[in-house]
Amino acid sequence: MHEFSVAQSLLDRVEREAQARGATAVLRIELRLGAASGIEVDLLRSAWELVSAGSCCRHANLDVITVPVRWRCPRCACEPASGAVLRCPECGVPARLVEGDELVLQRLEMDVPTPREVIPCVKPVDAATPR
Amino acid sequence: MCETCGCGDPEVVPIEIGESLLLENNRRAEHNRQHLAEDRVLALNLMGSPGCGKTALLEATAAMAPASWRLAAMSGDLATDRDAERLRRAGIPAVGLTTGSACHLDARLVHRGLHELEAPFDLLFIENVGNLVCPAIYDLGQNANVVMLSVTEGEDKPLKYPLIFQHADLVVLSKIDLVPHLGTDLEFLLGNLERVMPDPKVIEVSARTGAGMDDWIDWLEERRGAVSGVATADPQRAPSESPRLHPPGS
Repeated sequence: MHEFSVAQSLLDRVEREAQARGATAVLRIELRLGAASGIEVDLLRSAWELVSAGSCCRHANLDVITVPVRWRCPRCACEPASGAVLRCPECGVPARLVEGDELVLQRLEMDVPTPREVIPCVKPVDAATPR
Repeated sequence: MCETCGCGDPEVVPIEIGESLLLENNRRAEHNRQHLAEDRVLALNLMGSPGCGKTALLEATAAMAPASWRLAAMSGDLATDRDAERLRRAGIPAVGLTTGSACHLDARLVHRGLHELEAPFDLLFIENVGNLVCPAIYDLGQNANVVMLSVTEGEDKPLKYPLIFQHADLVVLSKIDLVPHLGTDLEFLLGNLERVMPDPKVIEVSARTGAGMDDWIDWLEERRGAVSGVATADPQRAPSESPRLHPPGS
């Protein structure tokens, strides 16, 4: 059940980013997970609920984009069928993994208060109004 | 927020990250790799199910290894130091890495182990926690992954746990002396490996009878040559100190 360790790493990384940007809340977290990443999405979600409770990420949507596993012959670029031997039947060379092992924090969306320096907060003053 | 002009109202900010979720572990693993490369150490991450014979293989290796090899080991275990004790009795300086509830070793634990090993060494076995799932994705800083599969576990294990085999540089098929008793279909097992590994390298061993141990020692020798930059063990090479890139704990 290494998904807990991964969820904790994710929280640490997102909290660091939120703090650096002065965010009040994290709204969305997008992950790219390969089918051969070694991560079970449902287990990761359960772990995430536990580790993110009480944090600025507790209401964030955890969006997971799943990437299928693809192998390819480095010589002729043909792709072995799912479950087949991972060696090109034509060229006889070992196939290479093209994608499917991703374990990536892709992007975040967070609420960041507009900085006061950029939009100075001053009450509109009507010069004609006597004090 | 400001009721006058709206300043301080939150704005939804999208941020591209594009980083591995294991980045922190990978950084530590790279640090370990640097430690090990400086001392020309061959480090192997030995993974396999509980009871597949990882410790027995290392005990047999200690008995057969050339005297010039300086072995060391760290053993991952949830609760005990038993494997490390067995290895020390077999003559391998070994530290136990007790993981508590964690089902795998990570680069941080291995780093701690590197600083606990005192005697200089040039062949390090990192005996991972017995598990065919979780250890696969954690880089420890090793030079190669060795996955052990005992013939008692069944021919279909590679298909059930593809990821760990996919990460293997070598598969050690252990307890090979039991094949006649179990009727294990080795051809079927090897065929299954080819469906999860593009180019499987397999050594069949029995730590009990010594069968195949020469092949294992030869494989180690070849890998040692690749790390140390010489084809065979060179007793003339000045012994290096054990890894000390920086003080322990830093």
